[in-house]
Amino acid sequence: MASYSTNEFRSGLKVLLDGDPCVILDNEFVKPGKGQAFNRVKLRNLMSSRVWERTFKSGESLESADVIDQDMEYLYTDGEFWHFMLTDGSFEQHAADAKAVGDTLKWLKEQDVYTVTLYNGAPLTVTPPNFVELEVVETDPGMKGDTAQGGSKPATLSTGAVVNVPLFISIGEVLKVDTRSGEYVNRVKNA
Amino acid sequence: MVEATNWLPTAPMQALRQRACQLTYLRSFFAERDVLEVETPVLARHGVTDLHLDSVAVEMSPVPGCRQTRGWLQTSPEFHMKRLLAAGSGAIYQVFRAFRDGERGGRHNPEFSLLEWYRPGLSDVDLMAEVADLVCGWLGCERPQTLRYRDAMQLYAGVDPFTVKDDALATRCEPWVGRSVAAELGRDGCLELLMSHVVEPALRAQPPTFIVEYPASQAALARVSSKDGHQVAHRFELYVAGIELCNGYWELTDASEQRRRFEVDNAARAAAGKAPMPVDEALLAALAAGMPECAGVALGLDRLLMLKLGVERIDEVVSFPLERA
Repeated sequence: MASYSTNEFRSGLKVLLDGDPCVILDNEFVKPGKGQAFNRVKLRNLMSSRVWERTFKSGESLESADVIDQDMEYLYTDGEFWHFMLTDGSFEQHAADAKAVGDTLKWLKEQDVYTVTLYNGAPLTVTPPNFVELEVVETDPGMKGDTAQGGSKPATLSTGAVVNVPLFISIGEVLKVDTRSGEYVNRVKNA
Repeated sequence: MVEATNWLPTAPMQALRQRACQLTYLRSFFAERDVLEVETPVLARHGVTDLHLDSVAVEMSPVPGCRQTRGWLQTSPEFHMKRLLAAGSGAIYQVFRAFRDGERGGRHNPEFSLLEWYRPGLSDVDLMAEVADLVCGWLGCERPQTLRYRDAMQLYAGVDPFTVKDDALATRCEPWVGRSVAAELGRDGCLELLMSHVVEPALRAQPPTFIVEYPASQAALARVSSKDGHQVAHRFELYVAGIELCNGYWELTDASEQRRRFEVDNAARAAAGKAPMPVDEALLAALAAGMPECAGVALGLDRLLMLKLGVERIDEVVSFPLERA
């Protein structure tokens, strides 16, 4: 297994720390003029999503983690697993459990493409695109002509996600939503 | 890493103009005080023995066809300047390009600018006053307060560097590096960790601060004396806004003590798996011939400019840092 020395640490690098796969977020070199050099490193533990801060003596190294991000199309769920297929034409399928799907569950729409992070070949996390387009299945009746006014109301989307939308939105409309903030962006088209 | 095709400087032109102004300021500062500007070699046949300073090695054939010899780019002009002092130069200063391998980060570039000066007849305390004049005259900051190393450690890190037990010190460092690394860092390594992780950040919110009276084990080239029953070094560092700006000594002039420290350094290098460095015999001979009592200090000019401009990264004051050089 390859390993990386502190001077190769940069954000995005995947390493093993205490047995868990982690992604490096930040690496700061500190050294008193005459003293020991250290690297203060921020990492996100990919298993727990927790951010760790660790200090290494400069020159120490960590093993690389076999973690890769791949684009996959969401196919279906059998209730226990969520099944994805690589979009590279190989038709290779992977089954993600509830832990891997996590909060992305509320953005999962069949045939849409997601980033599946594989750790040692198995799905570790599923990340939605920054924006998804989903249909409104439930909301209070739309108030036509109220487009300029402020105010919002909850709307339930086809995947089960609930977002705050302007008052003029009605059932059947397709909305663009920012998955990072969970916020409504705009209407895509009228039903 | 910046892509190799990016030819532009990382520092804005305004910063480079300020760099030129800084040099003009320094030269007039020393001209007024009758301190002589000197130039000494960047490339020499010896490096330094410090455990935590790595010289950049150079393979060279000074005469065409002769066997290759190894030289080192100097980590500071200290040894050559001390030989000038022993040769009777009187007060001297130098604006020097220094090289330290393995040092790249937000505040570090392996090649950097160092201002170093020596004042025969002055003690560390006298020289601190001159450092304050130079730094405050340029930055327009308030004059530095003075804090003993021991007090700084007790105040900010909650340990007494002279009396804390090895075990308790390692435990204090565990949150950052874990148990096994904390144990293998040793006393000075642990203290350096606390200095860079706890004390330095705390000094960001403080007025400029001289840290003085370092433990004798961190004396480097400073003389040592006894204070309150502990051996302390006549060494000072200045922190401005939490940035380590300079390191000064009331200089050691005793050749045999200097030789002993070189040997201790090389033993520590060997223990750490680093190659021992050849000892600079010319420096030892100069000390033996008699170097005047003096104080000396090295000050990082890139960092001084960072403070002047209020910027965080050395790349903002250097035209072409390593990746673009």
